[in-house]
Formats: sequence, C-alpha cells, structure tokens
Amino acid sequence: MGHQEEALHMTPEEQKVFEDKLYAYVGVEVCSRKPAKDAVNETMIRHWTEVMGDTNPAYTDPEWAAQSRRGKTIAPPAMMYVWNQEGYSVASSGRASDPQTEMAEMLNDHGFTGVLGTNVKQEYVKEISPGDTVYVQMVIDNISERKVTARGPGYFFETLATFSDQNGDTIGVQRFRVLKFIPQEQPAASASDDKLQVPTRIASPRGHDNGWWWNAVDEGKVLIQRCKGCQTLRHPPRPMCGECQSMEWDSIESTLDGEIMSFTALRHPKIPGYPADPICAVIKLGEGTNIVSNIVGCDFDDIAIGMKVKGKVEQVDEKTMLPQFYPA
Amino acid sequence: MSDYKTLSLADVSVGDQLPKLDIDITSGLIVAGALATRDYEPVHHDKSVAQAAGLPDVFMNILTSQGIMSRFVTDWSGPEAVIKSLDVKLGAPNVPGMVMTVTGEVTACDEKTGLVDVAVTGENNIWGMHMQGGVQIALPVEG
Repeated sequence: MGHQEEALHMTPEEQKVFEDKLYAYVGVEVCSRKPAKDAVNETMIRHWTEVMGDTNPAYTDPEWAAQSRRGKTIAPPAMMYVWNQEGYSVASSGRASDPQTEMAEMLNDHGFTGVLGTNVKQEYVKEISPGDTVYVQMVIDNISERKVTARGPGYFFETLATFSDQNGDTIGVQRFRVLKFIPQEQPAASASDDKLQVPTRIASPRGHDNGWWWNAVDEGKVLIQRCKGCQTLRHPPRPMCGECQSMEWDSIESTLDGEIMSFTALRHPKIPGYPADPICAVIKLGEGTNIVSNIVGCDFDDIAIGMKVKGKVEQVDEKTMLPQFYPA
Repeated sequence: MSDYKTLSLADVSVGDQLPKLDIDITSGLIVAGALATRDYEPVHHDKSVAQAAGLPDVFMNILTSQGIMSRFVTDWSGPEAVIKSLDVKLGAPNVPGMVMTVTGEVTACDEKTGLVDVAVTGENNIWGMHMQGGVQIALPVEG
C-alpha cells in the first residue's frame, strides 16, 4: 500500500537509481564455499525416503547396494540442497543476513514484497554416499529487467549454487529462479478455515421439460419419454411428440442395454471435477432411443463402434448421480 | 534381495507413459517433508504464518516436490538408474486436503549414452498444475 504507491510513483530517474543499486548484486557471492553441518548420513537419508515414499534400495539397503553397480548406498540426488540448510534457527530467529537477504530487503523497501520461487533446476555430476561432506558456494547469477507478470510488476533473480565434496570434486549445480513482485491485491486475509471445496461435475440444468428426467436419475433410474398418443419413444425429453404432435406423455424405464454408435475422449483441457480424458459416447439403447453418456471401466483403445455396453446409475462425486456405461 | 529390476535402454521408447501416482496432501506430509529437507521456513509448518501470506493453510516446500518427482521416476526406472538432472517449474501450491496426481512420459532416449528424458507433471485436484518439469536419467545400456 504505502510501499506500492512508492514503487508506482517512482520517476524514471528514481527507478534508474534503484536499478543501479539492484543490478550491483549480480555476481555477488551469497556465501563462499562452506561445509554442511552434518556429513551425508544414513539417518537423514532414511528420514527423507520415509516421507517421500521412496523405496529405492540404492539409498537405504546396504546389502542390495553392495552387489549393485555402485557397490554402496548413495544419497538421493534430490537431497543435494538439504545438507547445507541452516536448520531450526530459520524458524526461531529468522534467516541470518547475507547479500541475498539484503537484496530482498531492498526490494521489499521499494514495494516488491511478494516472493515466489518459479523454477529450480539441479544437475548432478557425481553421486555421494554416507561419510561424504557437501560444500556449497552460492552467487546471485542474474537479475532480469523489470517485468510485468500476472502477479504484478517485478524482477526475477537467479541464484547459482555449486556443490562439491570434501575432495573439491563437483557434485552438482542448482539454479533457483525467484520472482520478487509488487502484489497486485492484498492477500485475502484468509483466516477462512473452510474445508477445501473439492470441485464436482457441472450440475445438470433442470427445467420444466427435463427436471423430471434428472430427478429420476437421482433415484437410480433412466427413463425414456413415451408419447401417450402414438407410443413413440423420445429422448432427450421435450414437450411435444415429433410424430403426432401430442403433448401428452408418460415414460418407461430403460434396462440400459446399449450399443456404441460413436465415441470420443476429451483430452484437453482437463476440467476440474471430471476424471482425466473422459470417454463420451452416443449409445443406442435397446428400447430404440439414443443417449449421450460416459464409457467407463475400460481403456479408450479397447472401445469400438458397435460394442455392447451395459449402463448403471452411479454416484460419481459428492453431489452427482449419473448413468455410466461399462463394456457388457 | 536383487529382485529390484532396473530398466535398460532397450526397454524404453519415446512416448512411454510412467505409472501414475496419486498423493494425498496432508498437514503431516507437508510438515514432515519440510523437516526431512531441513526447511524450517514458517510457511511450511505454521498455519497462521501461511494464512498471513495469503494461503489457506501450510503449503508444500519445493524440496519435497523435488523429492516426489525424483521418486516418481526411479519407482519406474529401478534403482540402477542414475539421475542426471531435475528441472522443476513451480505452479500452484499444494495445501492439505488436495490430491496431487503425478504423471510422466518419456520424451527422449539416447542409444549411445543411455540418457532418457522424462517429462513429469504433478497436478492437484483443486488448483491444477503444481509442478511441471523434466528428469533426466541414465539407464544401463545393454551388455
């Protein structure tokens, strides 16, 4: 707010002065090569694999590892950055000051208070094992020009961390890209403790002429409208018979025995509340009318025109009952 | 003991899909993941701090997302695969109550070096893309 105004009102000259100070951080070392507090060890590796659900024996099974190509267990490469983390002091007393935190403070002071990690790329050169010590050295590698992003105006900066072992051999490198931005809207003071709303399928539209049909689906039945004048069946529901123009009708219940006339899969975009790649088909029911519905219980590649299917009315999410068709 | 199978390059083709993985995002997973990666940033364990930052609850740290991506690929490749790189583009946060579905597809295989590129996406069921990226592994070349 105050900060935002300050940043928005920066004159070109003020922006130049600010950016000169900002770009002076390019190439600045955040920390010179320093060792991790703990050597690579089996305990921290096992704690990590437990949480990740990683059962790779290369990390935790010395017996297996002894007869593997490597001959010994290794640390998960994705732990590369773990070894040099500061630890609990970050929570108890905050991050210690270094050129990166100083730069972040300067950006904060000019309204760029938002922070978002956008990319992290790790490349691994050498595998490491319990007993090795990881050293890290980090520089601010580059800072973008001022960009307009969906989050607000800001600057991307990238740190480059180089990891090495006790012999000075490079273990790998990490590029971490961060956006510092002026938040567009104040964060919704979201103390809301509501449970996350899991999206459901789009509710069926229930009007005067078709509400009765969906109400029957809710009760587990698929009905077919029948003309009282000439007995012709029709679907989807509508007020007048196309054969004899009678507006009198009743309905019969379908047995949901059908045959696929045509089908497709909706691949993109993924629609919240729907399964990925849902298969939609036009199905000719035994009674003679057609219905559009989903085919489930088989792969797209196993479906063919003319295939016999059997429908069931099922609850597909918290709020929705729908007929679905399975291979007969 | 040695019944862990590792794919060799001959087993893999461009376009192969990896078995999909559903992960329930819970407070337990987020906090345990943050601690197992020694990431004590309060937004990953203190709900009130996360809410002050505009999120409904604590959210998964990047190092846990990386760990899940790495595990997803080696679950498929087997333990003799050597991970060469892990490139993650970050999207919407993972917060408790969500389910993240991780999918992957082989996008390149190099017969000489045994290097295999896998494109991986982790999508949660509420906000969509959480992570998207590539993992490069080296598989044993036949013989």
